[in-house]
Amino acid sequence: MSEPLLPPIGMLAELTHRCPLQCPYCSNPLELLKANRELDTQTWLDLFSQAADLGVLQVHLSGGEPTLRRDLEQLIAGLSARGVYTNLITAGVGVAEGRIVAFAEAGLDHLQLSFQGARPATTDRIGNHKGGHEKKLETARRARAAGLPLTINAPIHRHNIEEVPEFIDLALSLGAERLEIANVQYAGWALTNRDQLMPERAAVDRQAEIVAAARERLSGIMNIDFVPPDYFAIYPKPCMGGWARDAFMVTPDGTVLPCHAAQTIPSLSFERFGPRSLAEIWADSPAFNAFRGTDWMQEPCRSCDRREIDWGGCRCQAMAIAGDAAATDPACAKSPIHARMAMLIDEAQRAAAVPSTDTPFVYRRIGVVTEPA
Amino acid sequence: MMALRERALVSPQSVPSLPQHVRIQYDPVRQAFAVLSPEKVFWPNDISLDILRRCDGRSTVGHIIADLAVDYDAEQEAVAADVIAFLQEWSDKLLVKL
Repeated sequence: MSEPLLPPIGMLAELTHRCPLQCPYCSNPLELLKANRELDTQTWLDLFSQAADLGVLQVHLSGGEPTLRRDLEQLIAGLSARGVYTNLITAGVGVAEGRIVAFAEAGLDHLQLSFQGARPATTDRIGNHKGGHEKKLETARRARAAGLPLTINAPIHRHNIEEVPEFIDLALSLGAERLEIANVQYAGWALTNRDQLMPERAAVDRQAEIVAAARERLSGIMNIDFVPPDYFAIYPKPCMGGWARDAFMVTPDGTVLPCHAAQTIPSLSFERFGPRSLAEIWADSPAFNAFRGTDWMQEPCRSCDRREIDWGGCRCQAMAIAGDAAATDPACAKSPIHARMAMLIDEAQRAAAVPSTDTPFVYRRIGVVTEPA
Repeated sequence: MMALRERALVSPQSVPSLPQHVRIQYDPVRQAFAVLSPEKVFWPNDISLDILRRCDGRSTVGHIIADLAVDYDAEQEAVAADVIAFLQEWSDKLLVKL
């Protein structure tokens, strides 16, 4: 190891893969787990307790749609009792009256609400859920009424990139402290739909200018976090802050992963909570150690002075595009196959230019891809 | 409860506090104080921590400066510049409420 093993700070808990929305860029895997594979309440509570012991300070409760778990209040209370900062990541559709207040009373610290569009028609079309936008607005109002701090999350792609100024106005009008303008990452469902989702270069440039100006204008009023689109980048993002460096995630069945898409790397196998403790998995899991630190790096990463800034970028993107999970993230201009990113952008533009009938996306849903026996 | 719709500027009369989405907490694993906020964890140094702890929603910035000047046995003017710059930066990031 090039640096000592530090305790993790953050954990993303995907409580369920069930979701009322079908966004075509969902970060869940193509093989979605059904409800009968989900951990029960007590196992999640044990896991949270071990996470707190291990040094986790922030837990993001996500899914699928985490509010579909009827025990969510109990799970929040368990985290709160351990002093863990608890963030609920919700689509805000179909959350029963009274539950947001119950979450706040259980000790929820913060709520993050996604909007697929700034306009109702966009939100409803991208999530494939009629009336979704209105329900989200109602969830935002309830969150504010319950005194919860609010982040609006806007996943950005070709079909809503021109709505970025409207997303900013929407977040302001909802009283949000924070807005995430997050360009979709092409893994999982988003990779399947890449040609349909890839924005045009000119739109990406406009977006960057709009966000930079808004950040300056809204300093001290609303924080804007910007996740720029990888394919248009010069340097890669420090994916997860570095593989297994200070965060990890847990899938609905208790599989512990360094990141969302880690299961797309075929050479790795992952362990489940239960048979092994979180502490053992964090320290000893071969999958966690595979790309930890810098020792695993090849050139040009190995001798790069940015190796401890971006940690080689995204391993899953290296797998998907370079065919080698230990390669430099092709988003990096120093990658020998960086030019392939520009080719993929061009390919997507050509595909988008062909008038299609009405099969824009492969919407995410259980059973599109069958589960292995 | 609406977020502030105008950028707040620090003055000696400001009464800073931590907003609801920010909390200071001792972390027994790392044996250090952490500032927890949505998505981010900060590890303040001793001086930052001394300022943040005084953001109790009762003390004015002027009072905080005078208090710190005594504690650090320092010139009030020098302390004032540092405290005001710190609080403005944290207020601009919505980590401190004025």
